[in-house]
Amino acid sequence: MRHLLDFQGWTRPEVENLLDTARVMSEVLERPVKKVPALQGFTVATVFFEPSTRTRISFELAARRMSADVVSFAAQASSLQKGESYKDTLLTLEAMGIDAYVIRADSAGVPHQATRWVKGVVINGGDGRRAHPTQALLDAYTLLEALGTLEGKKIAIVGDILHSRVARSNVELLPLLGAEVWVAGPPTLLPQTLPGARLTPHLEEALAEADAVMVLRLQKERMEAGLIHLQDYIAHYQVTEERLRKTKPSAPLLHPGPMNRDIELEGTLADSERSLVNRQVRNGQAVRMAVLYHLLVGKER
Amino acid sequence: MLLIKNVKLVDALGERGPVDVLIGEGRILSLNGGKAETVMDGRGLYLAPGFVDLHAHLREPGQEVKEELSTGLLAAVRGGYTDIVSMPNTSPPVDTPEAVRALQKKAQALGLARLHPAAALTQAQEGKALTEAGLLKEAGASLLTDDGHTNEDAGVLAAGLLQASPFGLPVAVHAEDASLRRGGVMNDGPLADLLGLPGNPPEAEAARIARDLEVLRYAVRRGKKRPHLHIQHLSTKRGLELLREAKRAGLPVTAEATPHHLTLTEEALKSFDPLFKVAPPLRTQEDREALMEGLLDGTLDAIATDHAPHTQAEKERDLLRAPFGIPSLEVAFPLLYTELHLKRGFPLSRLVELFTDGPRKVLGLKPLHLEEGAEASLVLLDPKERPVDPKAFASKARYSPWAGWILGGWPVLTLVEGRAVHQALE
Repeated sequence: MRHLLDFQGWTRPEVENLLDTARVMSEVLERPVKKVPALQGFTVATVFFEPSTRTRISFELAARRMSADVVSFAAQASSLQKGESYKDTLLTLEAMGIDAYVIRADSAGVPHQATRWVKGVVINGGDGRRAHPTQALLDAYTLLEALGTLEGKKIAIVGDILHSRVARSNVELLPLLGAEVWVAGPPTLLPQTLPGARLTPHLEEALAEADAVMVLRLQKERMEAGLIHLQDYIAHYQVTEERLRKTKPSAPLLHPGPMNRDIELEGTLADSERSLVNRQVRNGQAVRMAVLYHLLVGKER
Repeated sequence: MLLIKNVKLVDALGERGPVDVLIGEGRILSLNGGKAETVMDGRGLYLAPGFVDLHAHLREPGQEVKEELSTGLLAAVRGGYTDIVSMPNTSPPVDTPEAVRALQKKAQALGLARLHPAAALTQAQEGKALTEAGLLKEAGASLLTDDGHTNEDAGVLAAGLLQASPFGLPVAVHAEDASLRRGGVMNDGPLADLLGLPGNPPEAEAARIARDLEVLRYAVRRGKKRPHLHIQHLSTKRGLELLREAKRAGLPVTAEATPHHLTLTEEALKSFDPLFKVAPPLRTQEDREALMEGLLDGTLDAIATDHAPHTQAEKERDLLRAPFGIPSLEVAFPLLYTELHLKRGFPLSRLVELFTDGPRKVLGLKPLHLEEGAEASLVLLDPKERPVDPKAFASKARYSPWAGWILGGWPVLTLVEGRAVHQALE
């Protein structure tokens, strides 16, 4: 594994291997002293061209728990508009001896472009609508914890699919592990096709007999752009207690956060026993530790 | 006097020769040899009329960091072009007779390719108040266009067509419905969905072409003189079908296709490289095939470069922020000679016509054929293959989506009225 950009070209054993390592890392996080020397001497840079809190902190903690040095770069979208160059930023960091770059950008493909500019390892921390691979890995990890296996399981992803990097990465990853993925959303927020997924504008169809449900955040700008009407969305796509009756009993509920309570899902559900939201955040650290470890030390791929 | 011996001729009339071409006094004096001070061996080479580009962005005035007349016109002659239409979307836009004259004067002093500035259809290209068609024509404007600004107001376009018609000025349009295109940066479809890039639907082009053809129909009905609508860089199968129907119905419309839409498809965006970001976007193989069909059956009148240089740094930004455009003056003919003629058997004579008489007709210029007495604005082409090397471009934009492609058909001598403006014979 040279870089982690998306899951194009990945195999099931590679994913399973990575998730096995995440299990080991998860044990590290249970210890009183949550630190191992695995990445001593390595320097990890989080390069966030788009604001983020949880992903950046999760990666930085993951790196520190393995004794890596961490530097953090956050650019304002405004300075990018003025023409500040991603390439120059990355080349400056490169000159300082960075081993791994976690890159977040609002434009699809920036991590792919970065691999042409820097010698270090590139990890996609979320790029535009394209991919958010560590989110998908932590989702898969959390689902495996809850369901035991993903083989033959029906996973429903609900909400703004068109603009969602989380959806795209899950649609690439979960079928690799044997899952059947359905995505549901209003027609204006649904792509024409997504290889690996079954698309439907009918929420009920996606939820029917689902083994797990992943709810995505509805972004305000979609309403402002006239792509949806809020009340219509709530009436037809909000994930509610009532609608979850169509799923398998006690099918778990995931959400990559941050949540809009009472918009994409019924507020009380977020705190219910079905909700794995906090598990996801916790597992995120373990998964990111595993990714950093594999890319910097393991070098299997 | 220049004598090119044993050279094959190719123009819109077909291929012939080899013959010995004698050039002097700015004309072709003879196709049967003669005495000359300079004698060239043309064995294995093709002689063609000089190319005419309907659509180049030379960026002067105001954006000389991207390109300027001296570099753009040198790039042009190196690409075999003797005549170039420059787009008016400069800074400020070319929207007055003075601006047209200033450009021409400077270009004449450079003595490279002949410049035929296009002027804006509306003041400041804002799509509201029309420019002075008659005065612009007298100043030397070759056509009127708001180019990348897409003429949202159909009434203004109709008035522009009517206004330009008595002066024989074509009105060229970038046919794309901006509200349907929204923020699209690549062709809309399954691949854009997969890559997570905002799509620009082919229907945005077709919808605007359909509207503009109706606007043209109106201008034809209302005008005393026939207006002339020219559709720039047509990219879709559906757009081509609409154009074909309109031509059959006798509407006075012409259209061009670009080297990039003829040689590349949306698949190139899989690299996430903004080198391939262009407006209208690279489309599907089906669209590309349709364009080639359109070139063959005469639906398309010309191949125009849409040479759009930017700085390297701008093209190394991300796909949302990098500017649209590909520089292509220096590779346009070799690209299509290789990809269309050599690889797909596209007739060479028709290809040359699309670079010469096709665009000449759009501009209202007489056809130029290789016969005694013809103006010696010519290009000598070498079929020998070599790789595209953007580092060697005369254009300031020294990058290319075709870098490393092995192409033949390179212009090795360009003559403007008998004067050598580019010479690269070994």
